[in-house]
Amino acid sequence: MLLNSKVPTGPMAEKWEKHKFDIKLVNPANKRKFKIIVVGTGLAGASASATLAELGYNVSAFTFHDSPRRAHSIAAQGGINAAKNYQNDGDSVHRLFYDTVKGGDYRSREANVHRLAEVSVNIIDQAASQGVPFAREYGGLLANRSFGGAQVSRTFYARGQTGQQLLLGAYQQMMRQVHEGKVTLHTQTEMLDLVTKDGEACGIICRDLITGEITSHSAHAVVLATGGYGNVFYLSTNAMACNTTAAWRAHRKGAYFANPSYTQIHPTCIPASDEFQSKLTLMSESLRNDGRIWVPRSKDETRSAGSIPEAERYYYLEEKYPAFGNLVPRDVASRNAKTVVDAGHGVGPLKNGVYLDFADAIKRDGRDAIEGRYGNLFDMYERITGEDPYSVPMRIYPASHYTMGGLWVDYNLMTTIPGLYAAGEANFSDHGANRLGASALMQGLADGYFVLPYTIGDSLAPKLGSDPVPTDDPVFKEATADVEDRLTRFLAIGGSRSPEYFHRELGKIVWENIGMARNRSGLEKAISEITALREEYWQDVRILGNNESLNQSLEKAGRVADFFELGELMARDALDRNESCGGHFREESQTDEGEALRDDENYSHVSAWEWNGIDTPQTKHKEELAFEEVPLTQRSYK
Amino acid sequence: MSQTLNLTLKIWRQEGPNAKGSFESYQANNIPDDASFLEMLDIVNESLIENNQVPIEFPHDCREGICGTCGVMINGRAHGQEIGTATCQLHMRKFNDGDTIVIEPWRAAAFPVVKDLVVDRSPLDKIVEAGGYITAPTGSAPDANEMPIPKDVAESSMDAAACIGCGACVAACPNSAGQLFTSAKLWHLNSLPQGQAERYKRTEEMVETMEQYFGSCTNHGECKEACPKEISLDFIAEMNKDYMKSKVKNRKKAGQK
Ligand SMILES: Cc1cc2nc3c(=O)[nH]c(=O)nc-3n(C[C@H](O)[C@H](O)[C@H](O)COP(=O)(O)OP(=O)(O)OC[C@H]3O[C@@H](n4cnc5c(N)ncnc54)[C@H](O)[C@@H]3O)c2cc1C
Ligand code: FES
Repeated sequence: MLLNSKVPTGPMAEKWEKHKFDIKLVNPANKRKFKIIVVGTGLAGASASATLAELGYNVSAFTFHDSPRRAHSIAAQGGINAAKNYQNDGDSVHRLFYDTVKGGDYRSREANVHRLAEVSVNIIDQAASQGVPFAREYGGLLANRSFGGAQVSRTFYARGQTGQQLLLGAYQQMMRQVHEGKVTLHTQTEMLDLVTKDGEACGIICRDLITGEITSHSAHAVVLATGGYGNVFYLSTNAMACNTTAAWRAHRKGAYFANPSYTQIHPTCIPASDEFQSKLTLMSESLRNDGRIWVPRSKDETRSAGSIPEAERYYYLEEKYPAFGNLVPRDVASRNAKTVVDAGHGVGPLKNGVYLDFADAIKRDGRDAIEGRYGNLFDMYERITGEDPYSVPMRIYPASHYTMGGLWVDYNLMTTIPGLYAAGEANFSDHGANRLGASALMQGLADGYFVLPYTIGDSLAPKLGSDPVPTDDPVFKEATADVEDRLTRFLAIGGSRSPEYFHRELGKIVWENIGMARNRSGLEKAISEITALREEYWQDVRILGNNESLNQSLEKAGRVADFFELGELMARDALDRNESCGGHFREESQTDEGEALRDDENYSHVSAWEWNGIDTPQTKHKEELAFEEVPLTQRSYK
Repeated sequence: MSQTLNLTLKIWRQEGPNAKGSFESYQANNIPDDASFLEMLDIVNESLIENNQVPIEFPHDCREGICGTCGVMINGRAHGQEIGTATCQLHMRKFNDGDTIVIEPWRAAAFPVVKDLVVDRSPLDKIVEAGGYITAPTGSAPDANEMPIPKDVAESSMDAAACIGCGACVAACPNSAGQLFTSAKLWHLNSLPQGQAERYKRTEEMVETMEQYFGSCTNHGECKEACPKEISLDFIAEMNKDYMKSKVKNRKKAGQK
């Protein structure tokens, strides 16, 4: 199938305006005749539900959490970008667009990125009017900081809880629509399959996590805003329940999965301390504004950090990248940490970290200033490690954090299944091969508040007058039976190991071979190991308890099963992409200095994979990328 | 360097909302003191599964003290003994080898037990639904800097907005009152210029919804002690003032003048 991105013609800066004018509209009185399912109540889902309901659509919102406010978006710390140029430091829509395309290592769709930069300014206005308590200057105007290597200050924030505040804003707008009766909220309800009829999305099958009841829901359109798949690594900064099931089930029903190997490994997380570790905690990237990253020059260093003299410290980022220093983009910072740790310079009891040192900043600005900036992060660090970062350097190491890959969508955010949309981290969208800090919140809210509510009309308008497919249609019956079979099967396996065990083992394979550095033999090994482990899983997993009450092992069983299939596809995608770009680093493709080397001639495309059944590898489809506005260059942060 | 602990756990097991529950004892051995409290429960669950026993259901998700999902009574205290710490952020180095730890679900009439340590906290969402928002339809907002907000006003609003909605305040309260949660949401919105138009309507509707589900506040202050975000009791006073004003002058009906 030829992938049609439906990018409008015309000059870049006018495409979105033109498109909004050209697409089909549903008139206000007719909107109430349409029913839309939104799965997910994170930033993307809550903002979409609220806005669609305000426009008049009937929305059913689903989340597996016990409250919409618990979506993983709540955990975002650092901030949200917007091209407001309030600091008068030369920012503009064009600069944010340019930085995002470059930061994504020229693997994103220019037109989408430009639209994102355009609507970024509206997001801040929207959030402020909802009462999001952004940080302010003394004069009462909004404060900004520079974040994640940006050379302008365009990041808005609410202490270290930006995601929480933006999500509460969107959640509250959605609850207002629940109050109005325009949104029907289904909490603790997990989507376990997508239902299609004649190739079009017509509904979903869900399981009530409290009673185990399987229910069918039909609508004119389905939106997946179900987040990313960073937990395929087992250890990640994501919340424990984040998973790929909704997106993966849609993939199995015909939605192409794009660039699955583009994953972001965040440079500043607390290193694992033991086998029992269940997740890794992110230390906000803003710490790199003041902290200096180093390791001892000697591999056999035994002294404490403070007693290692300056000359024996290797400030590797400052030395290698004098222009950006500790503020190089995430992929570069992470890869360099891996290089020094692999070379034996790691610090901490397991020698699995690097130092992030605030001693100079404290000397320069005083302890109070540093406490003012990072107090809550320092407290969090101390709570977890038992060490005081005011007196000893933090230890950090990269961890799985964000996934740029996801369901392929066109300019309207529609997947390859008509009527099925994907928003937020669940789509592959705007970040190319590497996401810039503070851009995920922006994208989730852009999709939900400002893009999807308009573009969805294009596929709805022709359906005016038709009812959704009834839930007693055979397509629903069939999908229900499939879901029930799978649950019954899990409970019947009666093997010897928990889903947790298998998830951890899968994570090790993925981290080892599809992590920060990848090569052919490792990827081939990963494919065969994952397949073998998946087969073992279906023979040997042990799920206790029943289907008729809360059963987190049973929930997990399905999620881990889908992670296996996704992990395999990640390896295939990484193997196929014989170039390095952004977070995807193929050891075979690097410059003499060890930097990522792209191959624009052969890989300047999106890889979108089509499901062919469990025993046949997916088929790759290409969306060629054209760079009209931002000239392709080798990224350099030296 | 990491040490290990041997512990006795007394954990509330209850099969479902209508089942009768009881305490069961478990031995948790060789727990690394670097583990978090929830990782300790993970280890216990893994060994239960190994022995073909149904694992303990406990609420959790982000494990970094922000989503508000976790929360159990630990030795009779909501989220345990550490001040300003959610259950997921509590680490085993705060316990001693040989300790007995009693673990129960939140206890409150408004939060019925779903299973084991998991309760239903949906009444908190009902309070927000009743009015915990500023009516700001998408697309209608003026430029954000057109309404300057003094820094200390924004900070004070943020202090209240920091609530994670875990319900520890309710669980800790002898009356199972919902005042700390409700007042935090009210102050977040009522203290901001954008929140003024709906201030009194919001206050009445949220307070009255709260009263449908939760007990009444008799100023014990246990809620604040249990709150992982140390939300201030002052917000309760502010809520009461606004509610009184609203009622006495019947501002809601008089167009909120
Ligand atoms: C620790 C951390 C810090 C971060 N900090 C920043 C930052 O400072 N700035 C920034 O821009 N980005 C940051 N990010 C990234 C950003 O937070 C996420 O990319 C973004 O919030 C994702 O939003 P979302 O709406 O797409 O998905 P989520 O918030 O993950 O929401 C997913 C929703 O889908 C629901 N769901 C999923 N599957 C199903 C199913 N099968 N059935 C029913 N419901 C389902 C869930 O219940 C949930 O409601 C951070 C991420 C992490 C992990
Ligand atoms: S698990 Fe999220 S607050 Fe504890």
